[in-house]
Amino acid sequence: MTALDLPRLNIAELQTLLRQREVSPREVLEALRSRIAEVEPQIDAYLSIDFDDALKQAERTDVNLALGGVPIAIKDIISVAGQPCTCASKILQDYRALYDATVIRKLRAVGAIPFGKTNMDEFAMGSSTENSSVKLTRNPWDVSRVPGGSSGGSAAAVAADTAFGALGTDTGGSIRQPAALSGVVGVKPSYGRVSRFGLVAFASSLDQAGPLTKTVRDAAMVMNAIAGPDAQDSTCLNEAVPDYTADLGRDVRGIRLGLPKEYMIEGIDPQVRAAMEKAVAHFNSLGAEIIDVSLPHTEYAIASYYMIASAEASANLARFDGVRYGHRAENPRNVFDHYGRTREEGFGPEVKRRIILGTYVLSSGYYEAYYARAQKVRTLIRRDFAEAFQKVDALISPTSPVPAFPLGEKSSDPLQMYLADIFTNAANLAGICGISLPCGFARIENGTQLPVGLQLLGNALDEGRILQIAYAYEQSTDWHKQRPPMKRETSNARL
Amino acid sequence: MAELAQIDVAHVAKLARLDLTKEETKLFQAQLGRVLEYAEKLREPDTSYVEAAAHAVPIFNIFREDEPRAGFTAEEALSNAPRQANGLFIVTKVVE
Repeated sequence: MTALDLPRLNIAELQTLLRQREVSPREVLEALRSRIAEVEPQIDAYLSIDFDDALKQAERTDVNLALGGVPIAIKDIISVAGQPCTCASKILQDYRALYDATVIRKLRAVGAIPFGKTNMDEFAMGSSTENSSVKLTRNPWDVSRVPGGSSGGSAAAVAADTAFGALGTDTGGSIRQPAALSGVVGVKPSYGRVSRFGLVAFASSLDQAGPLTKTVRDAAMVMNAIAGPDAQDSTCLNEAVPDYTADLGRDVRGIRLGLPKEYMIEGIDPQVRAAMEKAVAHFNSLGAEIIDVSLPHTEYAIASYYMIASAEASANLARFDGVRYGHRAENPRNVFDHYGRTREEGFGPEVKRRIILGTYVLSSGYYEAYYARAQKVRTLIRRDFAEAFQKVDALISPTSPVPAFPLGEKSSDPLQMYLADIFTNAANLAGICGISLPCGFARIENGTQLPVGLQLLGNALDEGRILQIAYAYEQSTDWHKQRPPMKRETSNARL
Repeated sequence: MAELAQIDVAHVAKLARLDLTKEETKLFQAQLGRVLEYAEKLREPDTSYVEAAAHAVPIFNIFREDEPRAGFTAEEALSNAPRQANGLFIVTKVVE
Protein backbone atom coordinates (compact mmCIF):
# COMPACT_ATOMS: atom_id res chain seq x y z
CA MET A 1 0.00 0.00 0.00
CA THR A 2 1.57 3.27 -1.08
CA ALA A 3 0.17 6.73 -0.45
CA LEU A 4 -0.93 6.81 -4.09
CA ASP A 5 -3.21 3.82 -3.52
CA LEU A 6 -4.83 5.13 -0.34
CA PRO A 7 -7.63 7.15 -2.00
CA ARG A 8 -8.88 4.02 -3.75
CA LEU A 9 -9.83 2.45 -0.45
CA ASN A 10 -13.36 2.37 0.85
CA ILE A 11 -14.14 3.62 4.35
CA ALA A 12 -14.07 0.18 6.01
CA GLU A 13 -10.66 -0.63 4.46
CA LEU A 14 -9.29 2.77 5.37
CA GLN A 15 -10.48 2.33 8.93
CA THR A 16 -8.61 -0.96 9.30
CA LEU A 17 -5.35 0.70 8.24
CA LEU A 18 -5.97 3.66 10.55
CA ARG A 19 -6.66 1.43 13.54
CA GLN A 20 -3.64 -0.75 12.84
CA ARG A 21 -1.62 2.49 12.77
CA GLU A 22 -0.47 1.64 9.24
CA VAL A 23 -1.38 5.20 8.28
CA SER A 24 -2.19 8.31 10.24
CA PRO A 25 -5.20 10.57 9.61
CA ARG A 26 -2.74 13.22 8.42
CA GLU A 27 -1.22 10.85 5.84
CA VAL A 28 -4.70 9.97 4.64
CA LEU A 29 -5.48 13.65 4.10
CA GLU A 30 -2.17 14.23 2.31
CA ALA A 31 -2.87 11.29 0.00
CA LEU A 32 -6.36 12.61 -0.67
CA ARG A 33 -4.94 16.06 -1.37
CA SER A 34 -2.59 14.63 -4.03
CA ARG A 35 -5.39 12.64 -5.60
CA ILE A 36 -7.59 15.72 -5.76
CA ALA A 37 -4.78 17.77 -7.30
CA GLU A 38 -4.40 15.03 -9.90
CA VAL A 39 -7.97 14.44 -11.03
CA GLU A 40 -10.07 17.37 -9.84
CA PRO A 41 -9.16 19.45 -12.93
CA GLN A 42 -10.98 16.84 -15.04
CA ILE A 43 -13.96 16.33 -12.74
CA ASP A 44 -14.65 19.62 -10.90
CA ALA A 45 -16.54 17.96 -8.07
CA TYR A 46 -15.63 20.48 -5.37
CA LEU A 47 -16.67 24.06 -4.70
CA SER A 48 -14.35 24.58 -1.73
CA ILE A 49 -11.77 22.54 0.18
CA ASP A 50 -10.13 23.46 3.48
CA PHE A 51 -7.20 21.13 4.08
CA ASP A 52 -5.68 23.34 6.77
CA ASP A 53 -8.82 22.98 8.84
CA ALA A 54 -9.01 19.26 8.01
CA LEU A 55 -5.42 18.74 9.17
CA LYS A 56 -6.26 20.42 12.48
CA GLN A 57 -9.22 18.07 12.87
CA ALA A 58 -6.93 15.15 12.01
CA GLU A 59 -4.60 16.06 14.90
CA ARG A 60 -7.45 15.71 17.39
CA THR A 61 -9.35 12.74 15.99
CA ASP A 62 -9.43 9.32 17.67
CA VAL A 63 -9.16 6.51 15.10
CA ASN A 64 -10.99 4.14 17.44
CA LEU A 65 -14.18 6.15 17.06
CA ALA A 66 -16.76 4.81 14.58
CA LEU A 67 -15.47 6.99 11.70
CA GLY A 68 -12.28 8.21 13.37
CA GLY A 69 -9.96 9.91 10.89
CA VAL A 70 -12.19 9.36 7.86
CA PRO A 71 -12.44 12.43 5.60
CA ILE A 72 -15.99 13.00 4.32
CA ALA A 73 -17.02 15.38 1.51
CA ILE A 74 -20.14 17.45 2.12
CA LYS A 75 -22.71 18.72 -0.37
CA ASP A 76 -22.62 22.51 -0.33
CA ILE A 77 -26.19 22.77 0.97
CA ILE A 78 -25.21 21.41 4.43
CA SER A 79 -23.85 23.89 6.99
CA VAL A 80 -20.29 23.28 8.20
CA ALA A 81 -19.29 25.96 10.74
CA GLY A 82 -16.84 28.48 9.31
CA GLN A 83 -17.00 27.07 5.78
CA PRO A 84 -18.81 28.45 2.71
CA CYS A 85 -22.32 27.11 2.15
CA THR A 86 -23.27 28.46 -1.25
CA CYS A 87 -25.80 25.93 -2.57
CA ALA A 88 -23.94 26.60 -5.85
CA SER A 89 -25.94 29.83 -6.04
CA LYS A 90 -24.78 33.39 -6.69
CA ILE A 91 -27.15 34.56 -3.99
CA LEU A 92 -25.02 32.75 -1.38
CA GLN A 93 -21.62 33.06 -3.03
CA ASP A 94 -20.03 34.90 -0.08
CA TYR A 95 -22.00 33.17 2.67
CA ARG A 96 -20.26 31.25 5.42
CA ALA A 97 -22.12 28.95 7.77
CA LEU A 98 -22.07 30.01 11.42
CA TYR A 99 -22.87 26.62 12.86
CA ASP A 100 -22.70 22.90 12.13
CA ALA A 101 -25.73 21.08 10.78
CA THR A 102 -26.75 18.23 13.08
CA VAL A 103 -25.42 15.69 10.57
CA ILE A 104 -22.03 17.43 10.70
CA ARG A 105 -22.05 17.57 14.50
CA LYS A 106 -22.83 13.84 14.53
CA LEU A 107 -20.09 13.05 11.99
CA ARG A 108 -17.55 14.99 14.05
CA ALA A 109 -18.69 13.21 17.22
CA VAL A 110 -17.57 9.89 15.71
CA GLY A 111 -14.28 11.31 14.48
CA ALA A 112 -15.07 11.92 10.79
CA ILE A 113 -13.41 14.90 9.12
CA PRO A 114 -15.54 17.15 6.87
CA PHE A 115 -12.95 18.69 4.55
CA GLY A 116 -14.65 19.99 1.41
CA LYS A 117 -17.93 21.13 -0.07
CA THR A 118 -19.21 19.56 -3.26
CA ASN A 119 -20.87 20.98 -6.35
CA MET A 120 -24.59 20.57 -6.95
CA ASP A 121 -27.53 21.88 -8.89
CA GLU A 122 -28.35 25.33 -7.50
CA PHE A 123 -30.40 24.83 -4.31
CA ALA A 124 -30.56 21.11 -5.21
CA MET A 125 -32.91 21.78 -8.13
CA GLY A 126 -31.90 19.53 -10.98
CA SER A 127 -30.84 16.05 -12.03
CA SER A 128 -27.50 16.74 -13.72
CA THR A 129 -25.56 19.33 -11.64
CA GLU A 130 -25.69 21.54 -14.75
CA ASN A 131 -27.78 24.04 -12.79
CA SER A 132 -24.77 24.94 -10.64
CA SER A 133 -24.08 28.64 -11.04
CA VAL A 134 -20.38 27.95 -10.49
CA LYS A 135 -19.26 25.16 -12.82
CA LEU A 136 -20.07 21.88 -14.47
CA THR A 137 -19.12 18.65 -12.76
CA ARG A 138 -18.17 15.79 -15.06
CA ASN A 139 -18.90 12.10 -14.81
CA PRO A 140 -15.66 10.22 -14.02
CA TRP A 141 -16.76 7.36 -16.32
CA ASP A 142 -17.10 9.73 -19.30
CA VAL A 143 -16.18 13.36 -18.82
CA SER A 144 -18.48 14.44 -21.66
CA ARG A 145 -21.45 13.32 -19.55
CA VAL A 146 -23.24 14.54 -16.44
CA PRO A 147 -22.64 12.91 -13.05
CA GLY A 148 -26.36 13.13 -12.27
CA GLY A 149 -27.77 15.47 -9.70
CA SER A 150 -28.45 17.30 -7.67
CA SER A 151 -25.73 15.73 -5.46
CA GLY A 152 -23.51 15.36 -8.54
CA GLY A 153 -20.34 16.69 -6.91
CA SER A 154 -20.63 14.21 -4.04
CA ALA A 155 -21.26 11.30 -6.41
CA ALA A 156 -18.46 12.25 -8.80
CA ALA A 157 -15.97 12.75 -5.95
CA VAL A 158 -16.68 9.29 -4.52
CA ALA A 159 -16.51 7.71 -8.00
CA ALA A 160 -13.23 9.48 -8.81
CA ASP A 161 -11.64 8.46 -5.49
CA THR A 162 -11.37 12.09 -4.45
CA ALA A 163 -13.58 11.31 -1.45
CA PHE A 164 -13.86 8.18 0.67
CA GLY A 165 -17.51 8.98 1.22
CA ALA A 166 -19.81 11.98 1.01
CA LEU A 167 -23.06 13.42 2.21
CA GLY A 168 -25.75 14.47 -0.22
CA THR A 169 -29.40 15.43 0.04
CA ASP A 170 -32.34 13.79 -1.69
CA THR A 171 -35.60 15.66 -2.28
CA GLY A 172 -36.76 13.69 -5.34
CA GLY A 173 -33.84 11.41 -6.11
CA SER A 174 -30.85 13.73 -5.67
CA ILE A 175 -28.75 11.11 -3.85
CA ARG A 176 -29.90 7.95 -5.62
CA GLN A 177 -29.86 9.23 -9.22
CA PRO A 178 -26.30 10.66 -9.18
CA ALA A 179 -25.15 7.54 -7.30
CA ALA A 180 -26.58 5.47 -10.16
CA LEU A 181 -25.14 7.62 -12.95
CA SER A 182 -21.70 7.78 -11.29
CA GLY A 183 -21.55 4.12 -10.23
CA VAL A 184 -21.56 4.48 -6.44
CA VAL A 185 -23.90 3.62 -3.56
CA GLY A 186 -26.40 6.21 -2.32
CA VAL A 187 -28.99 6.03 0.46
CA LYS A 188 -32.05 8.22 0.86
CA PRO A 189 -33.17 7.69 4.44
CA SER A 190 -36.85 7.62 5.40
CA TYR A 191 -38.31 11.04 6.05
CA GLY A 192 -37.49 11.97 9.65
CA ARG A 193 -34.71 9.38 10.04
CA VAL A 194 -31.98 12.02 9.72
CA SER A 195 -32.13 15.56 11.06
CA ARG A 196 -32.58 18.41 8.58
CA PHE A 197 -31.24 21.02 11.01
CA GLY A 198 -28.56 23.03 9.22
CA LEU A 199 -29.57 21.99 5.71
CA VAL A 200 -30.59 24.89 3.50
CA ALA A 201 -34.26 24.03 2.96
CA PHE A 202 -35.53 23.24 -0.54
CA ALA A 203 -38.80 21.32 0.01
CA SER A 204 -39.16 20.74 3.73
CA SER A 205 -41.61 17.83 3.56
CA LEU A 206 -39.37 15.92 1.12
CA ASP A 207 -35.70 16.74 1.95
CA GLN A 208 -33.42 14.16 3.59
CA ALA A 209 -29.64 13.98 3.90
CA GLY A 210 -27.85 10.70 3.35
CA PRO A 211 -24.57 9.03 2.36
CA LEU A 212 -22.89 8.44 -1.01
CA THR A 213 -20.18 5.80 -0.66
CA LYS A 214 -18.17 3.19 -2.54
CA THR A 215 -19.83 0.24 -0.83
CA VAL A 216 -23.02 -0.74 0.97
CA ARG A 217 -21.14 -1.34 4.23
CA ASP A 218 -19.72 2.18 4.09
CA ALA A 219 -23.23 3.56 3.60
CA ALA A 220 -24.41 1.64 6.66
CA MET A 221 -21.49 3.02 8.69
CA VAL A 222 -22.33 6.61 7.73
CA MET A 223 -26.02 5.99 8.43
CA ASN A 224 -25.07 4.77 11.91
CA ALA A 225 -23.36 8.09 12.47
CA ILE A 226 -25.98 10.51 11.12
CA ALA A 227 -29.37 8.92 11.89
CA GLY A 228 -31.42 9.55 14.99
CA PRO A 229 -33.59 12.01 16.90
CA ASP A 230 -32.69 15.69 17.10
CA ALA A 231 -34.27 18.23 19.43
CA GLN A 232 -33.50 20.90 16.82
CA ASP A 233 -35.67 19.31 14.10
CA SER A 234 -39.21 18.56 15.23
CA THR A 235 -39.82 16.46 12.09
CA CYS A 236 -36.93 14.18 13.01
CA LEU A 237 -38.43 10.97 14.38
CA ASN A 238 -37.93 10.03 17.99
CA GLU A 239 -37.01 6.44 17.12
CA ALA A 240 -33.97 4.47 18.24
CA VAL A 241 -31.30 3.82 15.60
CA PRO A 242 -30.41 0.18 15.01
CA ASP A 243 -26.85 -0.81 14.07
CA TYR A 244 -27.18 -0.71 10.29
CA THR A 245 -24.15 -2.97 9.85
CA ALA A 246 -25.64 -5.70 12.08
CA ASP A 247 -27.59 -7.55 9.38
CA LEU A 248 -25.01 -7.16 6.62
CA GLY A 249 -24.03 -10.67 5.56
CA ARG A 250 -27.37 -12.25 6.42
CA ASP A 251 -28.66 -14.06 3.38
CA VAL A 252 -31.75 -13.04 1.46
CA ARG A 253 -33.43 -16.45 1.28
CA GLY A 254 -37.15 -15.93 1.66
CA ILE A 255 -36.91 -12.15 1.30
CA ARG A 256 -39.80 -10.96 -0.85
CA LEU A 257 -38.87 -8.44 -3.54
CA GLY A 258 -41.66 -6.59 -5.33
CA LEU A 259 -41.43 -5.73 -9.00
CA PRO A 260 -43.78 -2.77 -9.63
CA LYS A 261 -45.38 -3.37 -13.00
CA GLU A 262 -45.90 0.37 -13.54
CA TYR A 263 -42.11 0.86 -13.50
CA MET A 264 -41.64 -1.25 -16.62
CA ILE A 265 -42.32 1.74 -18.84
CA GLU A 266 -41.32 2.38 -22.39
CA GLY A 267 -38.43 4.77 -22.45
CA ILE A 268 -36.22 2.69 -20.19
CA ASP A 269 -32.91 2.33 -21.97
CA PRO A 270 -32.67 -1.29 -23.21
CA GLN A 271 -29.31 -1.82 -21.51
CA VAL A 272 -30.70 -0.46 -18.23
CA ARG A 273 -33.64 -2.81 -18.54
CA ALA A 274 -31.34 -5.76 -19.30
CA ALA A 275 -29.11 -4.98 -16.28
CA MET A 276 -32.18 -4.71 -14.07
CA GLU A 277 -33.60 -8.02 -15.33
CA LYS A 278 -30.27 -9.71 -14.67
CA ALA A 279 -30.27 -8.29 -11.16
CA VAL A 280 -33.75 -9.66 -10.54
CA ALA A 281 -32.64 -13.10 -11.78
CA HIS A 282 -29.58 -12.85 -9.56
CA PHE A 283 -31.72 -12.14 -6.49
CA ASN A 284 -33.84 -15.11 -7.45
CA SER A 285 -30.74 -17.30 -7.53
CA LEU A 286 -29.81 -16.01 -4.05
CA GLY A 287 -33.12 -17.33 -2.79
CA ALA A 288 -35.21 -14.14 -2.80
CA GLU A 289 -38.81 -14.45 -3.87
CA ILE A 290 -39.81 -12.10 -6.71
CA ILE A 291 -43.40 -10.90 -6.58
CA ASP A 292 -45.25 -8.73 -9.09
CA VAL A 293 -46.84 -5.75 -7.38
CA SER A 294 -48.80 -2.72 -8.51
CA LEU A 295 -48.32 0.94 -7.59
CA PRO A 296 -51.35 2.18 -9.52
CA HIS A 297 -50.77 5.94 -9.02
CA THR A 298 -47.17 5.92 -10.28
CA GLU A 299 -48.01 7.94 -13.38
CA TYR A 300 -49.11 10.88 -11.20
CA ALA A 301 -46.02 10.96 -9.01
CA ILE A 302 -43.96 13.39 -11.09
CA ALA A 303 -46.78 15.91 -11.44
CA SER A 304 -47.59 15.68 -7.73
CA TYR A 305 -43.92 15.97 -6.85
CA TYR A 306 -43.21 19.07 -8.95
CA MET A 307 -46.27 20.90 -7.66
CA ILE A 308 -45.43 20.18 -4.01
CA ALA A 309 -41.67 20.62 -4.28
CA SER A 310 -42.00 23.92 -6.17
CA ALA A 311 -44.64 25.23 -3.76
CA GLU A 312 -42.45 24.49 -0.76
CA ALA A 313 -39.38 25.88 -2.53
CA SER A 314 -41.09 29.17 -3.35
CA ALA A 315 -41.91 29.61 0.34
CA ASN A 316 -38.47 28.51 1.58
CA LEU A 317 -36.58 30.73 -0.87
CA ALA A 318 -38.59 33.80 0.18
CA ARG A 319 -35.96 34.23 2.92
CA PHE A 320 -33.39 35.37 0.36
CA ASP A 321 -34.14 39.08 0.55
CA GLY A 322 -30.62 40.56 0.49
CA VAL A 323 -30.81 41.89 4.05
CA ARG A 324 -29.40 39.42 6.57
CA TYR A 325 -27.13 37.44 4.26
CA GLY A 326 -26.43 36.81 0.64
CA HIS A 327 -26.30 38.93 -2.47
CA ARG A 328 -27.92 42.39 -2.45
CA ALA A 329 -28.65 44.53 -5.49
CA GLU A 330 -26.79 47.86 -5.67
CA ASN A 331 -28.59 51.19 -5.17
CA PRO A 332 -32.19 50.02 -4.96
CA ARG A 333 -34.76 52.71 -5.83
CA ASN A 334 -37.19 51.35 -3.25
CA VAL A 335 -37.83 48.18 -1.31
CA PHE A 336 -39.60 46.38 -4.17
CA ASP A 337 -36.74 47.17 -6.50
CA HIS A 338 -34.39 45.91 -3.76
CA TYR A 339 -36.15 42.54 -3.51
CA GLY A 340 -36.89 42.15 -7.21
CA ARG A 341 -33.38 42.86 -8.44
CA THR A 342 -31.59 41.08 -5.57
CA ARG A 343 -33.46 37.90 -6.46
CA GLU A 344 -33.20 38.42 -10.23
CA GLU A 345 -29.42 38.79 -9.94
CA GLY A 346 -28.94 36.07 -7.32
CA PHE A 347 -30.99 33.14 -8.61
CA GLY A 348 -30.33 31.06 -11.70
CA PRO A 349 -32.95 30.06 -14.30
CA GLU A 350 -34.14 26.76 -12.79
CA VAL A 351 -34.55 28.29 -9.34
CA LYS A 352 -36.52 31.18 -10.85
CA ARG A 353 -38.74 28.76 -12.76
CA ARG A 354 -39.55 26.84 -9.61
CA ILE A 355 -40.21 29.98 -7.59
CA ILE A 356 -42.66 31.13 -10.30
CA LEU A 357 -44.28 27.70 -10.55
CA GLY A 358 -44.52 27.35 -6.76
CA THR A 359 -45.91 30.84 -6.28
CA TYR A 360 -48.48 30.16 -8.98
CA VAL A 361 -49.73 26.84 -7.58
CA LEU A 362 -50.06 28.42 -4.13
CA SER A 363 -51.85 31.52 -5.41
CA SER A 364 -55.50 32.17 -4.86
CA GLY A 365 -57.63 30.51 -7.53
CA TYR A 366 -55.07 27.83 -8.40
CA TYR A 367 -54.28 26.42 -4.97
CA GLU A 368 -57.12 23.86 -5.07
CA ALA A 369 -56.51 22.86 -8.67
CA TYR A 370 -52.80 22.20 -8.31
CA TYR A 371 -51.38 22.24 -4.80
CA ALA A 372 -54.26 20.73 -2.84
CA ARG A 373 -54.86 18.15 -5.55
CA ALA A 374 -51.17 17.25 -5.61
CA GLN A 375 -51.31 16.64 -1.87
CA LYS A 376 -54.34 14.38 -2.27
CA VAL A 377 -52.54 12.43 -4.96
CA ARG A 378 -49.63 12.23 -2.54
CA THR A 379 -51.94 10.39 -0.14
CA LEU A 380 -52.85 7.94 -2.91
CA ILE A 381 -49.17 7.35 -3.67
CA ARG A 382 -48.47 6.74 0.01
CA ARG A 383 -51.30 4.19 0.13
CA ASP A 384 -49.90 2.41 -2.93
CA PHE A 385 -46.63 1.85 -1.10
CA ALA A 386 -48.33 0.88 2.17
CA GLU A 387 -50.27 -1.81 0.32
CA ALA A 388 -47.21 -3.04 -1.55
CA PHE A 389 -45.23 -3.36 1.68
CA GLN A 390 -47.95 -5.64 3.06
CA LYS A 391 -46.86 -8.14 0.43
CA VAL A 392 -43.13 -7.55 0.02
CA ASP A 393 -40.05 -6.57 2.03
CA ALA A 394 -38.63 -4.23 -0.58
CA LEU A 395 -39.32 -2.98 -4.09
CA ILE A 396 -36.80 -3.32 -6.89
CA SER A 397 -36.43 -1.10 -9.98
CA PRO A 398 -33.85 0.76 -11.99
CA THR A 399 -32.79 3.98 -10.23
CA SER A 400 -32.84 6.01 -13.44
CA PRO A 401 -34.42 5.05 -16.77
CA VAL A 402 -31.21 6.05 -18.56
CA PRO A 403 -27.48 5.99 -17.85
CA ALA A 404 -25.48 9.23 -17.65
CA PHE A 405 -26.54 11.55 -20.46
CA PRO A 406 -24.31 13.99 -22.38
CA LEU A 407 -23.76 17.45 -20.89
CA GLY A 408 -26.29 19.84 -22.42
CA GLU A 409 -28.67 17.13 -23.67
CA LYS A 410 -31.58 17.88 -21.35
CA SER A 411 -30.65 21.24 -19.89
CA SER A 412 -32.86 23.25 -22.27
CA ASP A 413 -36.02 21.26 -21.60
CA PRO A 414 -37.15 21.33 -17.95
CA LEU A 415 -39.97 18.84 -18.46
CA GLN A 416 -37.58 16.23 -19.93
CA MET A 417 -35.25 16.77 -16.97
CA TYR A 418 -38.17 16.33 -14.54
CA LEU A 419 -39.13 13.03 -16.19
CA ALA A 420 -35.64 11.67 -15.40
CA ASP A 421 -36.81 11.35 -11.76
CA ILE A 422 -39.60 8.92 -12.53
CA PHE A 423 -38.41 6.05 -10.31
CA THR A 424 -37.15 8.17 -7.43
CA ASN A 425 -39.73 10.95 -6.77
CA ALA A 426 -42.44 8.77 -5.29
CA ALA A 427 -40.27 7.57 -2.39
CA ASN A 428 -39.89 11.17 -1.20
CA LEU A 429 -43.63 11.79 -1.47
CA ALA A 430 -44.28 8.65 0.60
CA GLY A 431 -41.44 9.24 3.09
CA ILE A 432 -40.00 5.76 2.58
CA CYS A 433 -36.30 4.86 2.25
CA GLY A 434 -34.30 3.88 -0.81
CA ILE A 435 -30.83 2.85 -1.93
CA SER A 436 -29.11 2.85 -5.29
CA LEU A 437 -26.20 0.52 -5.97
CA PRO A 438 -24.24 -0.47 -9.08
CA CYS A 439 -25.80 -3.34 -11.06
CA GLY A 440 -24.01 -3.30 -14.40
CA PHE A 441 -22.91 -1.14 -17.29
CA ALA A 442 -24.38 0.26 -20.46
CA ARG A 443 -21.90 0.31 -23.31
CA ILE A 444 -22.10 3.21 -25.75
CA GLU A 445 -20.88 3.34 -29.36
CA ASN A 446 -17.29 4.29 -28.62
CA GLY A 447 -16.97 1.40 -26.14
CA THR A 448 -17.24 3.58 -23.03
CA GLN A 449 -18.96 1.88 -20.12
CA LEU A 450 -21.57 3.83 -18.16
CA PRO A 451 -22.72 2.57 -14.77
CA VAL A 452 -26.30 1.42 -14.23
CA GLY A 453 -27.95 1.73 -10.82
CA LEU A 454 -30.36 -0.64 -9.11
CA GLN A 455 -32.86 0.89 -6.71
CA LEU A 456 -34.29 -0.88 -3.69
CA LEU A 457 -37.11 0.88 -1.86
CA GLY A 458 -37.96 -0.06 1.71
CA ASN A 459 -40.78 0.84 4.03
CA ALA A 460 -40.34 3.81 6.37
CA LEU A 461 -37.55 3.15 8.89
CA ASP A 462 -36.61 -0.10 7.14
CA GLU A 463 -33.12 1.09 6.14
CA GLY A 464 -31.57 -1.94 7.83
CA ARG A 465 -33.41 -4.30 5.55
CA ILE A 466 -32.62 -2.58 2.24
CA LEU A 467 -28.98 -2.33 3.30
CA GLN A 468 -28.97 -6.06 4.06
CA ILE A 469 -30.52 -6.88 0.67
CA ALA A 470 -28.20 -4.50 -1.17
CA TYR A 471 -25.18 -5.97 0.60
CA ALA A 472 -26.13 -9.52 -0.39
CA TYR A 473 -26.30 -8.41 -4.03
CA GLU A 474 -23.12 -6.37 -3.92
CA GLN A 475 -21.06 -9.09 -2.25
CA SER A 476 -22.09 -11.67 -4.85
CA THR A 477 -21.35 -9.41 -7.84
CA ASP A 478 -18.28 -7.48 -8.99
CA TRP A 479 -19.80 -4.24 -10.25
CA HIS A 480 -18.69 -2.17 -7.27
CA LYS A 481 -15.06 -3.23 -7.73
CA GLN A 482 -14.77 -1.54 -11.12
CA ARG A 483 -13.36 1.95 -11.10
CA PRO A 484 -13.70 4.61 -13.79
CA PRO A 485 -10.84 4.54 -16.31
CA MET A 486 -9.61 8.05 -15.59
CA LYS A 487 -6.93 9.63 -17.71
CA ARG A 488 -3.64 10.35 -15.98
CA GLU A 489 -2.27 13.16 -18.16
CA THR A 490 -2.91 15.83 -15.57
CA SER A 491 -0.92 13.86 -13.03
CA ASN A 492 2.05 13.62 -15.39
CA ALA A 493 1.82 17.31 -16.04
CA ARG A 494 1.85 18.03 -12.34
CA LEU A 495 4.54 15.55 -11.38
CA MET B 1 -58.77 21.88 -19.11
CA ALA B 2 -56.80 24.45 -21.05
CA GLU B 3 -57.97 27.42 -19.00
CA LEU B 4 -55.95 26.38 -15.96
CA ALA B 5 -52.72 26.15 -17.90
CA GLN B 6 -52.84 29.91 -18.56
CA ILE B 7 -50.11 31.15 -16.27
CA ASP B 8 -49.30 34.87 -16.36
CA VAL B 9 -45.60 34.69 -15.60
CA ALA B 10 -45.11 38.46 -15.39
CA HIS B 11 -47.84 38.77 -12.78
CA VAL B 12 -46.67 35.78 -10.72
CA ALA B 13 -43.11 37.15 -10.81
CA LYS B 14 -44.39 40.33 -9.16
CA LEU B 15 -46.07 38.26 -6.44
CA ALA B 16 -42.79 36.40 -5.91
CA ARG B 17 -40.78 39.68 -5.75
CA LEU B 18 -38.61 38.39 -8.55
CA ASP B 19 -37.74 40.66 -11.47
CA LEU B 20 -37.48 38.87 -14.80
CA THR B 21 -36.10 40.07 -18.12
CA LYS B 22 -38.47 40.10 -21.10
CA GLU B 23 -36.66 37.07 -22.51
CA GLU B 24 -36.98 35.12 -19.25
CA THR B 25 -40.67 35.97 -19.00
CA LYS B 26 -41.29 34.70 -22.51
CA LEU B 27 -39.21 31.56 -22.04
CA PHE B 28 -40.78 30.67 -18.67
CA GLN B 29 -44.25 31.35 -20.07
CA ALA B 30 -43.70 28.64 -22.68
CA GLN B 31 -41.82 26.19 -20.42
CA LEU B 32 -44.15 26.46 -17.42
CA GLY B 33 -47.17 26.29 -19.71
CA ARG B 34 -45.94 22.85 -20.74
CA VAL B 35 -45.23 21.82 -17.14
CA LEU B 36 -48.73 22.88 -16.06
CA GLU B 37 -50.26 21.11 -19.02
CA TYR B 38 -48.47 17.99 -17.81
CA ALA B 39 -49.81 18.64 -14.28
CA GLU B 40 -53.37 18.38 -15.65
CA LYS B 41 -52.78 14.66 -15.10
CA LEU B 42 -53.52 15.29 -11.45
CA ARG B 43 -57.21 15.65 -12.33
CA GLU B 44 -57.46 12.05 -13.51
CA PRO B 45 -57.48 10.01 -10.28
CA ASP B 46 -60.58 10.17 -8.10
CA THR B 47 -59.61 12.15 -5.01
CA SER B 48 -63.10 12.96 -3.78
CA TYR B 49 -62.72 11.06 -0.50
CA VAL B 50 -58.98 11.52 -0.08
CA GLU B 51 -57.34 13.68 2.55
CA ALA B 52 -54.43 15.87 1.54
CA ALA B 53 -51.01 14.81 2.81
CA ALA B 54 -48.99 17.88 3.79
CA HIS B 55 -46.20 15.72 5.12
CA ALA B 56 -44.68 12.31 4.53
CA VAL B 57 -44.95 11.32 8.17
CA PRO B 58 -47.93 12.42 10.24
CA ILE B 59 -46.41 13.63 13.51
CA PHE B 60 -48.05 16.26 15.67
CA ASN B 61 -47.45 18.39 18.72
CA ILE B 62 -43.75 18.18 19.30
CA PHE B 63 -43.01 20.11 22.50
CA ARG B 64 -39.89 21.07 24.34
CA GLU B 65 -39.17 22.95 27.53
CA ASP B 66 -39.28 26.72 27.04
CA GLU B 67 -35.77 27.38 28.28
CA PRO B 68 -33.39 30.16 27.29
CA ARG B 69 -30.53 29.00 25.09
CA ALA B 70 -27.43 30.68 23.82
CA GLY B 71 -27.86 32.27 20.37
CA PHE B 72 -25.64 34.18 17.99
CA THR B 73 -23.87 37.29 19.19
CA ALA B 74 -24.74 40.45 17.24
CA GLU B 75 -21.36 40.24 15.57
CA GLU B 76 -21.98 36.66 14.43
CA ALA B 77 -25.49 37.43 13.24
CA LEU B 78 -24.15 40.32 11.15
CA SER B 79 -21.17 38.43 9.75
CA ASN B 80 -22.94 37.58 6.49
CA ALA B 81 -24.88 40.84 6.13
CA PRO B 82 -24.39 42.58 2.77
CA ARG B 83 -24.77 45.98 4.51
CA GLN B 84 -24.55 46.79 8.20
CA ALA B 85 -23.76 49.67 10.53
CA ASN B 86 -23.65 50.18 14.31
CA GLY B 87 -24.43 46.54 15.00
CA LEU B 88 -27.57 46.65 12.84
CA PHE B 89 -28.66 45.38 9.43
CA ILE B 90 -29.21 48.17 6.91
CA VAL B 91 -32.52 47.78 5.14
CA THR B 92 -33.90 49.68 2.20
CA LYS B 93 -36.23 52.51 3.19
CA VAL B 94 -39.86 51.36 3.46
CA VAL B 95 -41.53 54.66 4.51
CA GLU B 96 -41.17 58.09 2.94
